[in-house]
Amino acid sequence: MKRLFPIFSAITAALLAYALYQALVVAPTDALQGDVYRIIYYHVPSAWTAFLLFFINFIASIQYLASAKESTQKAAKWVVIVIGAVGVIACFLPQVQHLLPTGMRPSAVATTVLAIPAFYFFVGKFFPGQRLDVLAVTSAEVGVVFCTIVLVTGPIWARPVWGIWWAPGDIRLTSTLVLWLIYVSYLVLRRFSNSAQTQMLAAALAVFGALDVPLVYFSIWFFRTQHPQPVIGGGGSMDPRMLHVLVISWMAFLCFAFLVCWSRFRLELLHREVEEAHAMESLVGAGAAAKASIPLNRSPK
Amino acid sequence: MSLWSVTFATLRKDIRLEWRSKDALNSMLFFSLLVVVIFVFSFDPLAEESRHIVGGLVWIGFLFASMMALNQTWARELRNQVLDAYRVSPAPANALFLAKALGNFIFVSVLEALMTPLFVIFYNLRVLGPAWQLIPVAVLGTWALVVNGTFFAAMSLRTRIREIMLPLLLFPISIPAVIAMVAATTAILTGEDSAHFYIVLLLTYDVVFTTACLALFETILHAE
Amino acid sequence: MNSIKFLYAAYIATWAIHAFYIGTLVRRFSRLRREMKELGKGK
Repeated sequence: MKRLFPIFSAITAALLAYALYQALVVAPTDALQGDVYRIIYYHVPSAWTAFLLFFINFIASIQYLASAKESTQKAAKWVVIVIGAVGVIACFLPQVQHLLPTGMRPSAVATTVLAIPAFYFFVGKFFPGQRLDVLAVTSAEVGVVFCTIVLVTGPIWARPVWGIWWAPGDIRLTSTLVLWLIYVSYLVLRRFSNSAQTQMLAAALAVFGALDVPLVYFSIWFFRTQHPQPVIGGGGSMDPRMLHVLVISWMAFLCFAFLVCWSRFRLELLHREVEEAHAMESLVGAGAAAKASIPLNRSPK
Repeated sequence: MSLWSVTFATLRKDIRLEWRSKDALNSMLFFSLLVVVIFVFSFDPLAEESRHIVGGLVWIGFLFASMMALNQTWARELRNQVLDAYRVSPAPANALFLAKALGNFIFVSVLEALMTPLFVIFYNLRVLGPAWQLIPVAVLGTWALVVNGTFFAAMSLRTRIREIMLPLLLFPISIPAVIAMVAATTAILTGEDSAHFYIVLLLTYDVVFTTACLALFETILHAE
Repeated sequence: MNSIKFLYAAYIATWAIHAFYIGTLVRRFSRLRREMKELGKGK
């Protein structure tokens, strides 16, 4: 395991360099925006990575909450399977196909929906017990880092292109801001909570956050239809060469995110080991002190 | 021992205790008045656009005032180990939550009822849209703040920075509700748009989060 | 041409944030390893 890390780091560094070369040199210049548009090759992959990490945190939190009781665990498994099945079938029904945005193939949406049970069972299998919680904290923290990058590069892109740093009605950037706030509060709760059940509380908060995000999306969406705002990030179709570079960039950042998560995961395991060692030491110490005081206890009348 | 009988018994006890020790009540009322006055001095009431921003100011004022009420939700239960007694009793955990949430709802509504006339007076408000719609907005909006606030107040009990943890947890989650409340109030005051969508959004928010709170409160209660 | 500055700013900001975070990870690792060693000696 230890040898894999440097090897994988080298591969990732090469991939990132290649992606950078593609982004700055190979990708064609945009007709409208000039060269500044190349920020998307960092902005968009960071966003997709952040959302993926937050999704993993959500799955891990649900599993953690469900694992408290055997019955909820079984129920959660069935719910997830049903969601997957219904989602896939629904994608091929004509009524639902009307609702899909133009250009999105039903098979693509179906594959995305299948990701929910897929991730659920994958996470459950490879991260048993406490490791589920370690995964939750890891994905939350690294997700916040990537989300910060999205929120920093977004305005840097908007300023030269639209002349404004921030558009209050921009649905994507504002939803990302709320997601960032929710997960920062999640990390703060983890840091400052003294309860033995901190992990349960944090998992509950993650569920609340996940419920909140669609509501945020709809509230801003309606606000925007009433007060039209510029759309940061561009809509519509993309030059296939640009899309190609975007995917390469995303793959490179995914590998990088994986490395960072791996490190953070190991750090958390080490942290818990140290805490346990502290706890054992104080127990042993207390035992020794008790032994020493027995003569005093036995001292009579 | 049904859910509702325990809820109302707890609620009655809380109201009686609050009524007897009026000092907390009085200071919160005065704080609400101060919030309104600060806004009046910061945001010019004579400007033509004031009607557009008053919706936001009113709800920010309510938010600050409700923080006062929410922060001390569980304070009394922590003293004298009442919370522990509740944990071991056969009473359903949700009854305690509902009682606290309803108590907070009543209390925050009283604060709002006192702050609203002040806003109307200082900002010379005249409602240009359908005024009756302000009632569902106020009720649903207040419940949205109070239900999550009560839940997160319970979550923050065992943190080192309890008073700041509550707004830290509550504000991000409340953002869609705040957007809806402010937009609905502004739409009704200015009469320019329909508040219909926002009221439906607030209702959805309330249903979703009341369910979530009721489902997860027992877990929170037993966190020690 | 001025807008190129924003492109560089974005790329530099990205890596600065990543570097900062990885720096905190390294610091936490070394502190924990030190603690582990001390605990091992203490016993």
